[in-house]
Amino acid sequence: MTRETYVNAFTLALFVAIPLWAVVADEPFTITLMTRAAIFAIAAVGLNIALGLGGLVSLGHAVFFGLGGYSMGILAHHAQTYTALAEWPLLIEGTKSMPVIWLTAIVVSSLAALVIGILSLRTAGVYFIMITLAFGQMFFFFAISWSEYGGEDGLSIYVRNGFPGLDTLVPIQFYGLCLGLLCLVLVFAWRLAKSPFGLALNAARQAPLRVETVGLDPARLRLIAFVLSGAIAGLAGALFADLNRFVSPVMFSWQTSGEIMIFVILGGVGRLFGPVVGALVFVALEHWLGGLSEFWHIYLGLLLLLIVLFARGGLIGLVAGREAVHD
Amino acid sequence: MTEQAVSATSVPRTPVLETRGICKSFGALRASRDISLDLRPGEIHAIIGPNGAGKSTLIGQICGTIKPDTGSVHLLGKDVTHEATRMRARAGLGRTFQISSLAMEDTVLQNAVLGALGASGKPWRFWKDALHDRSLTQTAEEALVRVGLEDLARHRTAELSHGQRRQLEVAVALTLRPKALVMDEPMAGMGPEGSRLLTGFLDRLRHEAPILLVEHDMDAVFSLADRISVLVYGEVIATGSVEEIRANAAVREAYLGDEA
Repeated sequence: MTRETYVNAFTLALFVAIPLWAVVADEPFTITLMTRAAIFAIAAVGLNIALGLGGLVSLGHAVFFGLGGYSMGILAHHAQTYTALAEWPLLIEGTKSMPVIWLTAIVVSSLAALVIGILSLRTAGVYFIMITLAFGQMFFFFAISWSEYGGEDGLSIYVRNGFPGLDTLVPIQFYGLCLGLLCLVLVFAWRLAKSPFGLALNAARQAPLRVETVGLDPARLRLIAFVLSGAIAGLAGALFADLNRFVSPVMFSWQTSGEIMIFVILGGVGRLFGPVVGALVFVALEHWLGGLSEFWHIYLGLLLLLIVLFARGGLIGLVAGREAVHD
Repeated sequence: MTEQAVSATSVPRTPVLETRGICKSFGALRASRDISLDLRPGEIHAIIGPNGAGKSTLIGQICGTIKPDTGSVHLLGKDVTHEATRMRARAGLGRTFQISSLAMEDTVLQNAVLGALGASGKPWRFWKDALHDRSLTQTAEEALVRVGLEDLARHRTAELSHGQRRQLEVAVALTLRPKALVMDEPMAGMGPEGSRLLTGFLDRLRHEAPILLVEHDMDAVFSLADRISVLVYGEVIATGSVEEIRANAAVREAYLGDEA
């Protein structure tokens, strides 16, 4: 086992131990914080597929996170107001069922990622960053002006959506769901990185001309990576909306995109558990530093600066050293 | 030998790779001027010329990274002028680069597996471990054995010496089972020993896939080439056997100087 494996196992252990302690100590707020961290981690694992494996610096992942959130918001809104989402050409009703909402979130954000990817992956470097950012802003302003679903004020959902066999209103049960999904997403990302697709995508980031010279299309590899990445961010968005029982255009804002990217960079770009560590540390800092000062972002900024300057492998790189050669 | 047998071997076989009158200008610079040359089965055709003669531009047009202004490129008798690099690769064109373009963070084996993956044409598999897929690793390992890198398979490519990276370039090209090879200065930066080994290797390789060889190492060119074309200011000023090129007055003046 490499040192990184121990760091990963330790991180996972924290995600189990802290909430269990919180149940025993009756600290429901800590469970909420951990749920927040787990959901952020899912979004960041998604971004890491595009950013770490594919080298795609997307500053527009809030689009997918937001679409996931609004998928939940709109479906649940219609369910709680007993109105139909659409009556023609076929009747679509709202739902309070999490699996249906998750699936909707994944499909909607994948389709958005496909379209945005086709349009933006023609560019590279800073232009790609700008185009993804521009798409994010488009969705942000669209959500603000969409008064049917709350516009600027957002949508409140009164009761958390349900999952068969669980009482999702009990914090630890909803947390368990989120942690389970995080683990599934991690297994997927782990397999993906080692798969033929992952190998080709990884090479396309480092030496695109080489990939073309062996007869593969780097652009198509990146597009599929972008879609997978967006789908996972969308799932995270649906969970985040359910955690807060609230969706608003803020989910689409560029700050959200920036935060998801911060999780990845903080923890370690391209490392399997980088996004998980990053999300956990971010939520911890947000809580502790946020309690000390309103301007806690200054300290976050300093930390980020130090990481970027001195620890290119993020916190994981700092603790576990260079990535091991896997065979 | 019967007359029939003689004619069977002397009939000019159709070229594997061919450029017909390709021209390419960058502004006022005419990098390729009406270049027509071909690569026949079993041969090594060397392209030599001073720096700035347009060798890289020529290779770019053959491999599909640069579009010629006029003229056409044919691979196995098929016009591929408008086909992308990856389509030419699929049709059997292997290439090694002057400046190694390998995935440096990856292992030697991973780079070779990438070639095998390209040859398989099936990168859309998202679950199974590529390095545990025998159909891929077998091709990759065979290619590594052929260039003598099998012992370094688990090493990071960035750890390889310059010469070893060249060997890996060749191995990746071999995984594609190419029908024609374009090699851009494979000897550059190699020590005498490595250069000698690679020369011997290319000598045998030509029977598997003919090689269009751009090379500065004249010893290697003269010992390997069946034919040599000399490129000066974007123009082929002479094509011929080693002896013909050595004897050619224009070539001596333009390029070879004392070396010949």
